[in-house]
Amino acid sequence: MRLGLLAVPLAFFALFFAYPVVAIVGRGLTDGGHWQFGRFGEVLGDPDIAHVLWFTVWQAAASTALTLLIALPGAYVFARFEFPGKQLLRAVVAVPFVLPTVVVGTAFLALAGRGGLLDELWGVRLDTSVWAILLAHVFFNYAVVVRTVGGLWGQLDPRQEEAARVLGAGRLAAWRRVTLPALGPAVAAAALMVFLFTFTSFGVVQILGGPTFSTLEVEIYRQTADFLDLPTAAVLTLVQFAAVLGVLAVHAWTVRRRESALRLVDASRTARRPRGGGQWALLWGTLAVIAVLLLAPLVVLVERSFAGPDGYSTVFYTSLRSAASAEGTFSVAPLDALWNSLAYGAAATVIAVVVGGLAAAVLTLPRLRRGPSGRTPAISRFVRGFDVLLMLPLGVSAVTVGFGFLISLDTPPLDLRASWWLVPLAQALVGVPFVVRTMLPVLRAVDVRLREAAAVLGASPWRAWREVDLPLVRRALLIAAGFAFAVSLGEFGATVFIARPDRPTLPVAVARLLGRAGETNYGQAMALSNLLMVVCAGALLVLERLRPADHSGEF
Amino acid sequence: MSTTSRITAAAVAAALGAAALAGCGAPGGADAKTVTLVSHDSFSVSKPVLAAFEKQSGYKVRVLKGGDAGKAVNQAILSKGNPQGDVFFGIDNTLLSRGLDEGLFSPYEAKGLEHVPAGLQLDKARHRVTPLDYGDICVNYDRGYFARHKIAPPKTFDDLIKPRYKGLLVTENSATSSPGLAFQLGTVAAYGKGGWQGYWKKLKANGVEVVDSWEQAYNQRFSGSAASKGKGDKPLVVSYASSPPAEVLGKKPAPRQAPTGVATGTCFRQIEFGGLLKGAPNEKGGKALLDFLLSKRFQEDEPLQMFVHPARTDAAVPEVFTKYGATIGKPATLAPETITRNREQWIKQWSSLVLK
Repeated sequence: MRLGLLAVPLAFFALFFAYPVVAIVGRGLTDGGHWQFGRFGEVLGDPDIAHVLWFTVWQAAASTALTLLIALPGAYVFARFEFPGKQLLRAVVAVPFVLPTVVVGTAFLALAGRGGLLDELWGVRLDTSVWAILLAHVFFNYAVVVRTVGGLWGQLDPRQEEAARVLGAGRLAAWRRVTLPALGPAVAAAALMVFLFTFTSFGVVQILGGPTFSTLEVEIYRQTADFLDLPTAAVLTLVQFAAVLGVLAVHAWTVRRRESALRLVDASRTARRPRGGGQWALLWGTLAVIAVLLLAPLVVLVERSFAGPDGYSTVFYTSLRSAASAEGTFSVAPLDALWNSLAYGAAATVIAVVVGGLAAAVLTLPRLRRGPSGRTPAISRFVRGFDVLLMLPLGVSAVTVGFGFLISLDTPPLDLRASWWLVPLAQALVGVPFVVRTMLPVLRAVDVRLREAAAVLGASPWRAWREVDLPLVRRALLIAAGFAFAVSLGEFGATVFIARPDRPTLPVAVARLLGRAGETNYGQAMALSNLLMVVCAGALLVLERLRPADHSGEF
Repeated sequence: MSTTSRITAAAVAAALGAAALAGCGAPGGADAKTVTLVSHDSFSVSKPVLAAFEKQSGYKVRVLKGGDAGKAVNQAILSKGNPQGDVFFGIDNTLLSRGLDEGLFSPYEAKGLEHVPAGLQLDKARHRVTPLDYGDICVNYDRGYFARHKIAPPKTFDDLIKPRYKGLLVTENSATSSPGLAFQLGTVAAYGKGGWQGYWKKLKANGVEVVDSWEQAYNQRFSGSAASKGKGDKPLVVSYASSPPAEVLGKKPAPRQAPTGVATGTCFRQIEFGGLLKGAPNEKGGKALLDFLLSKRFQEDEPLQMFVHPARTDAAVPEVFTKYGATIGKPATLAPETITRNREQWIKQWSSLVLK
């Protein structure tokens, strides 16, 4: 039964991830049937590549540090303070995370680039500087820290810290000795996720970095898609693979440590209105940071979409409905991209929820937990490894997956190269990790004894699951589905590499419009970006309503 | 039934429904009645033109697009022998030799080739590929800027290194952008294999700026583009000869001249070809499709769909092109074999010369 559950996610990953990636890497590393491991030395010895590796690590570390610095106070504010509009704001800060990088890059350029808003006001320009990359990374990952750390912080019992104060500890000492140790693993987990996302950063670096900055992911893309130098790409893919695997292993370890017993309370009981000048200052400071760093780029985006040729108007929006106005960029009206995106997104969500839900269920089956002897059985270790494997698609270049699809899924009955399903399958690969991360904590929290009681009373395993687990995890399931949906909507990398009948998704349509000259195309790109933003924000707002009080997901 | 479970049921039903609907709308697989065109993202044809071909030939046309021109070619190379479709559209002269060396195409002489100038027919002897359109990559200038500063805009490569144009030009990274590469190839054609690096040293000393993509260069940095809303800081940009007509399209009333112009002595010609893919499942249909791509009807549709010039001399070009576009007398060119042989080395040399 356990193996049966495992079969679906395992088959999915073997077929749509492992096989294509192995095929493309294998093609790069073999020559006439012989393995060419000498390539490693050649590629890694190249000073240009060494520079890329160094920059990749350096910018990821710097981005992570900066994100923590800026977002940790935010996590505290969201966890401990009650203020009007908190729910809405919590959803707003998560919007950047699901926005496509094309859109964010353009918004950042419009804000802090040459001739951007800041340039006009104060002559501040950040484009083609490393600061633009770092700030965009903070923009994307702010929510990761706020949600991961803030979620736990809100449930820590403040009375423990208060007790320490009563016993004579200073404010700082109490925080350092009581709260920080409890929070540490969550901070580490968030930091590692941010590191992972920024280490594999692609769009942001490409758009904001200019030609002088290149990360490993950008280099893999160039070597594969532009030069078709598969050997170099294969070596770099494996290097990135190893690095990502390392980060994920450490992440899995910190997450396990986090499951140590903490006394958690209902988050709604720990939050209250700020008191005293310091707390108000912290709240307003956080709001200011959110306004400048997170909202300003989005507002500029909205402004640009309404700035028509003759003053502000909705001309770019209304013209989205007709194919003629697009001047040949599309054979269909740009607005159709919205319906394409929704259909692909819905299919990807179904796949991601089924695969990710089953995987999460397997990972939390009771018998897999540590036995009374404290030893970890082999299968349990395998399952734990599977947990890490599920995250790998986040760390593998989309171009590797896309080109892998092309050369591996090319013979009937699996000639999916031009199939409609290829896009949702690629999107689901990115969605599954989010589903798993959302479901795991909730599934783990289900009391085994409830299930056992149902079994004792004569319920079949299926009925026990339906009557006990399902009602408890339904909300988490919906949240997972919403996240998978939003991530699918924003997915750009893999989608764009798949040769497909002309059904562009929103991000692809935006990129295509930006690739054309003329004011109409540019304005329409901004208008479509806004539609995408509204759909993503809408999905997230619905999630906020569904958010259970005791939810402490990992994203 | 509780509210949440109803929402669940509704959501699942909606998702499944959408998936099923979309699945039904998916085109069927290859058969004798379907002919598949593989191309890049910029491929476009107006509906009535394509419908007329479908009606007349009895084939249904399926179009697959895969990324920009370079990526689409690389995808075709990766799936060589088991192609995704029957005809490939959009391999240009900078990539042509790679495709021919890999043996991507089967020979076929399309109908109407006699109307295509010999200069465009780069595979004249074997007809593995058919020229379908061309366009020029040239430096564009912002008319307003040069009028305001009372300077004559540059015309040639040599002009660009003159002190009066110092710090005015933005171009694209040769490694990541096809107009950027074309501009570099133009300088190779103009100054020779031994001289182009010297030229770029002078260009760098004269303050040329390099960005990663055409979008960035043209939409954000170029002061003459409408998209930059007057905030661009560079009055010279490497773009297409067809960019000035594109700036005018949709403007009412139509202006007397385009807001931007073309430095006609800085152009490099890109010719796009199509060909029958080797191992095409529907070879007969593929041949009919190639004939259609070279037909007058399709060729006259090309300019406004893809902003390129038709390959056929007898195809009429729309007024917006003739009125606002520039005629490029002598564009620079290089033999495709020379490009393929040297491309990577030139890009590497260029990168270390200009970017570091």
